[in-house]
Amino acid sequence: MNILSEAAVEKALDKKMNDVSYKMIGQDVSVYYGDKRALYDVNLNVRENTVTALIGPSGCGKSTFLRTLNRMNDTIDGCRVTGRIALDGDDIYDPSIDVVELRARVGMVFQKPNPFPKSIYENVAYGPRIHGLARTRAEMDAIVEKSLQRAGLWNEVKDRLQESGTGLSGGQQQRLCIARAVAVSPEVILMDEPCSALDPIATARVEELIHELRANFTIVIVTHSMQQAARVSQRTAMFHLGQLVEENDTDKIFTNPDDQRTQDYIMGRFG
Amino acid sequence: MSSTHIVSIYDEELKYLTRRISEMGGTAEQMVSDAVRALVTTDGALAQKVISEDVVLDNAERQINEKAVLTITKRQPVSADLREILGAVRIAAELERVGDLGKNTAKRVIAVQGSGMPRKLARGLEHLAELALMQLKEVLDVYATRSVEKAKAIRERDDEIDAIYTSLFRELLTYMMEDPRNITPCTHLLFCAKNIERIGDHATNIAETIYFMATGAQPEGERPKDDNTASLVAAEPSA
Ligand SMILES: Nc1ncnc2c1ncn2[C@@H]1O[C@H](COP(=O)(O)OP(=O)(O)O)[C@@H](O)[C@H]1O
Ligand SMILES: [Mg+2]
Repeated sequence: MNILSEAAVEKALDKKMNDVSYKMIGQDVSVYYGDKRALYDVNLNVRENTVTALIGPSGCGKSTFLRTLNRMNDTIDGCRVTGRIALDGDDIYDPSIDVVELRARVGMVFQKPNPFPKSIYENVAYGPRIHGLARTRAEMDAIVEKSLQRAGLWNEVKDRLQESGTGLSGGQQQRLCIARAVAVSPEVILMDEPCSALDPIATARVEELIHELRANFTIVIVTHSMQQAARVSQRTAMFHLGQLVEENDTDKIFTNPDDQRTQDYIMGRFG
Repeated sequence: MSSTHIVSIYDEELKYLTRRISEMGGTAEQMVSDAVRALVTTDGALAQKVISEDVVLDNAERQINEKAVLTITKRQPVSADLREILGAVRIAAELERVGDLGKNTAKRVIAVQGSGMPRKLARGLEHLAELALMQLKEVLDVYATRSVEKAKAIRERDDEIDAIYTSLFRELLTYMMEDPRNITPCTHLLFCAKNIERIGDHATNIAETIYFMATGAQPEGERPKDDNTASLVAAEPSA
């Protein structure tokens, strides 16, 4: 008698291929905006507790791929996704999937810090509240404090939690958004150019934070800064014209990439 | 390289390094060749010229280092670009050493002047110097063309120089045993021979650096080594 169902076996295989733990699997992923095709059969897996950087020239499909990982594309009219994307082996485009729950497991931080026009406390408490993660005020206080601590913001805001989140500096706002993302205890955090609106010091803080978050979360980050990709990630995926050019250890990509297009791009040369 | 940088002044900064290295190479080659000629013809004036030229290489190496530091700071180069700059720094240091060895050889010309050193003793060095200079010249050509295959070939030929050096070493020992008056000039010649043999090693180092610049890897396998003088001893004088 079969103890494991076929699906369960496939799921286990997905999770652990070649001794690497994959948190998410992307198989033959294509994305269309109406008639326009933005991604071509991308095969890219995301390793657990690893920072994966997506790089490539503007318009190559980095954000598009990132958004497929938590179905943010669903909100875009005329956007169609084909292929298979799995989280812990489960197809996230399966009709049985609860998208709200999916986005709690796969959180997102955007390019421009976008705190709600509410208090710092409420910005962080919002997610846990709608997901019913705290039963009492004390539990919620604990979640808010822990999240702000994880985002490296607690010491700066602990005495003014009731002030508006929009009154913080750009760098603080972005860390507030990261606190908001981690408050619902996601497993994966997607970041789309999280530092592009920040000054170098605020950028360094966020990079330090990404480094620390890696212990507990799986992170996928889109960045147009080559140096940032080289600094914060362990794996790097290079996109070009909607295709995945290559994916490899970050150290390899930035010292001796296999593909000429990657080489030209990272060195600031014409492709 | 296949394509140019979007920022064109970046290309010029890299070209500056390439040009200065080639210039250093030309100067180093000339110094070594002059030093050997001065030795063979006991030409003190030529030796003096070599000695005074060393400062050119010292300055060039310093300027290359400064430019490299500045370029790294400004451009934050990666991959092949970074190897290009690191390679230039390394090759400049090798060439500066080659210049020192030429200078040291020239100084010995002045030391043995008037010691009545038989000409034929110096002749033996000529062939060694020819080989070392050829190797240096070839490696500089390889630097200009970045031919990975040729870089490997140069590295594999260093054992020829080592073998000739070893036989020269033996020969000089016999002259010294023949006549104690030969000891001073022969010792100087021995150091000159060692200098020239070292130039071959530097050419080999440069070849390895070029290989690294082009491929991002070190050439495989140990380089050949045929200098056996470390275990050579003079024959026991017969009682
Ligand atoms: N909402 C959208 N509607 C139509 N086309 C889009 C939309 N978003 C992105 N695209 C197109 O898809 C391609 C990839 O875009 P995107 O994923 O944003 O690239 P990147 O993040 O790498 O700059 C581009 O050609 C872009 O114009
Ligand atoms: Mg984008």
